[in-house]
Amino acid sequence: MLLIDCPHCGPRDEVEFHYGGQAHVPYPEDPYALTDREWAEFLFYRDNPRGPFAERWQHSVGCRKWFNAVRDTATYEFLEVYPMAAPAPSAGGGLTGNGPVGSGSTRSGPVGSGSAGSGSA
Amino acid sequence: MHLRRSPAHGAAAEMAAASVAGPPGVMLREIAFAPQLGVRTVPGSASASRIERALGVSLPSSVGETTGDPDALHCVWISPDEFLTIDVSRTQEHGEAGAVAAALDDDRPGAGRVPGQVVDLSGNRAILELTGPSARAVLEKGCHVDLHPRAFPVGHAVSTLVGPVPMIVHRSHGETFRLLPRSSFAQYTVRWLIDAMLEFRTIRA
Repeated sequence: MLLIDCPHCGPRDEVEFHYGGQAHVPYPEDPYALTDREWAEFLFYRDNPRGPFAERWQHSVGCRKWFNAVRDTATYEFLEVYPMAAPAPSAGGGLTGNGPVGSGSTRSGPVGSGSAGSGSA
Repeated sequence: MHLRRSPAHGAAAEMAAASVAGPPGVMLREIAFAPQLGVRTVPGSASASRIERALGVSLPSSVGETTGDPDALHCVWISPDEFLTIDVSRTQEHGEAGAVAAALDDDRPGAGRVPGQVVDLSGNRAILELTGPSARAVLEKGCHVDLHPRAFPVGHAVSTLVGPVPMIVHRSHGETFRLLPRSSFAQYTVRWLIDAMLEFRTIRA
């Protein structure tokens, strides 16, 4: 079982936490400007890297607060824990998941690039 | 008063029957109808000081900490801006939170309103008390935090899991743990504890 370091309650067992998926996926500035494809990619497409990954966690049976953490998806090691509002730490090394899907209101480039990067990480 | 039923009311006889006296003993009982107030405020703020003045007890400042008297009014830290006050010395009455909540809403000149919340949550959680030399051993069968006195001294309280049930575990005295599951989990928690207490009963027999 993982021992997760809640920023408010200290280290607690994994079963006390709720997983919130990839962090730093902002709501589009103008959702109406998105094509159906971009909207679907904002809703459903997430990075799946091998290595450091910024993700959201909630200490659901403790303080019930949300926080962000960088976890290595290969070793399960928690590399960093930081507040929800803080920017993604660059210390995570190969943290490739920072290009949030649909971050710009008129973004049109290939959005699922995170999956391409996962093979070389 | 007779119309009131506490969350573990139906299990009172089972709890008494499962309790074990003597050196390896462990006893389980419910503390019924104790008034509980949910407090939402940021410690150190104007609202916090008004609430502390109205309650007559200071708010704890970090995880695990409790303030006040464990046999009367005390306050448990739940999160950085959420606290639970419990008074085990009396029973809840109608309009319990009014006096404290009014302190946030002071319309007198120079006072003004401040943000924060005080709500009567007396029915939200049941209070079960597990006492005896084996109380820690019973809880350790399913508790996810370290209950050794070195890590969990008297006066310590955390919100965690016991078995599958989320609850507040509060070490109120040396061999006494108060467990505060949600009321709907009270019956299940009692049966889980009775099952965990069974081995200590067979030792005595």
